[in-house]
Amino acid sequence: MSLILAENISKDYQVVATKVSKDYGGGEVVVRALRGVSFEIEPASFVSFVGPSGSGKTTLLNLIGCLDKPTEGNLTVVGTDVLKLDRHESAQFRGDNLGFIFQDFNLIPVLTVYENIEYPLIIVKNIAAGERRKRVMAVLEAVGMADQNVARARVSDPKLVLADEPTANLDSKTAYTIINLMKKMRDELKSTFIFSTHDQRIVGEAEILYSLADGELVGKQVKGGRENG
Amino acid sequence: MANLFKIAVRNLFRYKRRTLLTVALIAIGVIFVLGYVSISGSFKNMMIGQITDSMIGHLQVHRKGYVASIENLPLNLNLKPQAVKKLEGILNQQSEVEAYSPRIKFGGMFSTFVETTNVRLNGVYPEKEFKTIPLLPSRITEGQKSLNRGEILIPELLARGMKAKIGDMVVIVATNQDGSVNGKQFKVGGILESATGPGGRDGYVHIEDAMEVLRMGEMEVSEIAIRLKDFGKVEAFTRKLDSLLSGEVTKQGKPAFEVHSWEQLSPFYNIARMIDMMTVFIQILLIAVVLISIMNVMIMAVYERIREIGTIAAIGTLPAKILSMFVMEGFCLGVIGAVIGNIIGMAIIFILNVSGWVTFDFGRQKDLVLSPTLDPTNMLVISAIVIFVSVVASLQPALKASKMEPIKALRHV
Repeated sequence: MSLILAENISKDYQVVATKVSKDYGGGEVVVRALRGVSFEIEPASFVSFVGPSGSGKTTLLNLIGCLDKPTEGNLTVVGTDVLKLDRHESAQFRGDNLGFIFQDFNLIPVLTVYENIEYPLIIVKNIAAGERRKRVMAVLEAVGMADQNVARARVSDPKLVLADEPTANLDSKTAYTIINLMKKMRDELKSTFIFSTHDQRIVGEAEILYSLADGELVGKQVKGGRENG
Repeated sequence: MANLFKIAVRNLFRYKRRTLLTVALIAIGVIFVLGYVSISGSFKNMMIGQITDSMIGHLQVHRKGYVASIENLPLNLNLKPQAVKKLEGILNQQSEVEAYSPRIKFGGMFSTFVETTNVRLNGVYPEKEFKTIPLLPSRITEGQKSLNRGEILIPELLARGMKAKIGDMVVIVATNQDGSVNGKQFKVGGILESATGPGGRDGYVHIEDAMEVLRMGEMEVSEIAIRLKDFGKVEAFTRKLDSLLSGEVTKQGKPAFEVHSWEQLSPFYNIARMIDMMTVFIQILLIAVVLISIMNVMIMAVYERIREIGTIAAIGTLPAKILSMFVMEGFCLGVIGAVIGNIIGMAIIFILNVSGWVTFDFGRQKDLVLSPTLDPTNMLVISAIVIFVSVVASLQPALKASKMEPIKALRHV
């Protein structure tokens, strides 16, 4: 009975973290990057994790993005217990459900802009050429050529988009452009957006703000009357 | 698949100089192997042709025990007329046989009335012998390219040593089967160029003259040399004939015949095997060159693209597809190298053929012009080896790339 309940609860949220910890290193030198963090994130939220360097933002985003696994605790992403996924399943899960906006763009140099945006549809989702073209053109129309990084994350209609310090290397104007694109994408696709930042210019743009310090969740702010938890 | 291929090709062109060097290395390896295989193969085939087409024939049938005593040319181990008839009957029914020639081999004294020496002779039917060993007429350097009754073809060294010329009268004296001695006068009809190998310095007389010298009432032959329509079937036909003749036994119940292919009769077979072995070693060398160069390039490619691998892995590319991308690069390098190597190799072989530069001596045969040929099967096998080794060489780096943790790869600087 309790198991069924837990599953139902997980399905109501895009992310459910329960006492998640992450340690690095081993033996005598262990770095505790995250210490028993618990939170839930609703679908179509625009969430930011803030905190100084070393607070555990990137570690948390990596765990949510199935790029790494918690040392302790439970983590459910888009209704899936990600701790149970192996390498192959993790990759499949990321391709099917997640979008990534990288700080350094991380485009594939041998592909054109169009091909970079198209890449997840070909290699990951194996979508037919006609449909691919339609989707890439639609994304380019919505996003423009300005941010191929966002376009690539959006093209496969992910349920959850993760962005680690997306505006770290950008000037204010471009940073706001990116944030507005992300918001527009959230509104259109009803995707959940989670980004980490310590950029004060964009902290205020998040609708839900989680504060991290020394690997612990130390606060939560909800804007626009959207309160949860 | 097409997209993975496209990415692989583009990645190759990303590092043009490195790709060019690797492809050049593979192509040079392929050119060397093709050149070696072609030249050594042509040399081997030419030598086998010289041996089989100018002396031995493709295979021979003797009376059981003859070959073991062949140096003595024992007349008492000749095939009896009935056995010859039976054998000819069998050979006439075999579709694989192009021609055969019965021979009486005997030793005798050769006298020019001034000097005397010993000589080994073959008594043959000229038409049958010329069909069975078609290069024999070309070995007649002086005189008519034929052999008539009362004429003798003598090896050039004998002619030179005995100062015998075309048209000279000579006497052959030979010991008969019963131990008596008989002689017969012959006219020198032709001088034979020496050939390397067994029988390369033998003389020829008409088989009926040989019977006369040896005082044979009925024809008893030392051997029957056989030429097949297809040289490639020598081994199979030797086995077939052996089994056909295995039922023929002597009065004592022992096998009457023995069948030997040219390989068993000529020492050159061992040289031919050595050439084949050296070809294998050269191919191993090529494999090593391709293996090391591709592995080196692919390892570098993986290390240079760690962040890129992290990115594609993060956005959901399955490990198997990452592996395929790198294997495909190795495959493309192998294919490009093999194709270029084959094209240049063919061009070089063509030039060698047109120019006739490659000449060699084989025993006393001087300045034989080698015509290297490229066997399409060889080209395919060498290309397949190169491509297969390229794929194998890229597997280890590709596996490394596919097993990379995306999080570590993304952090890589």
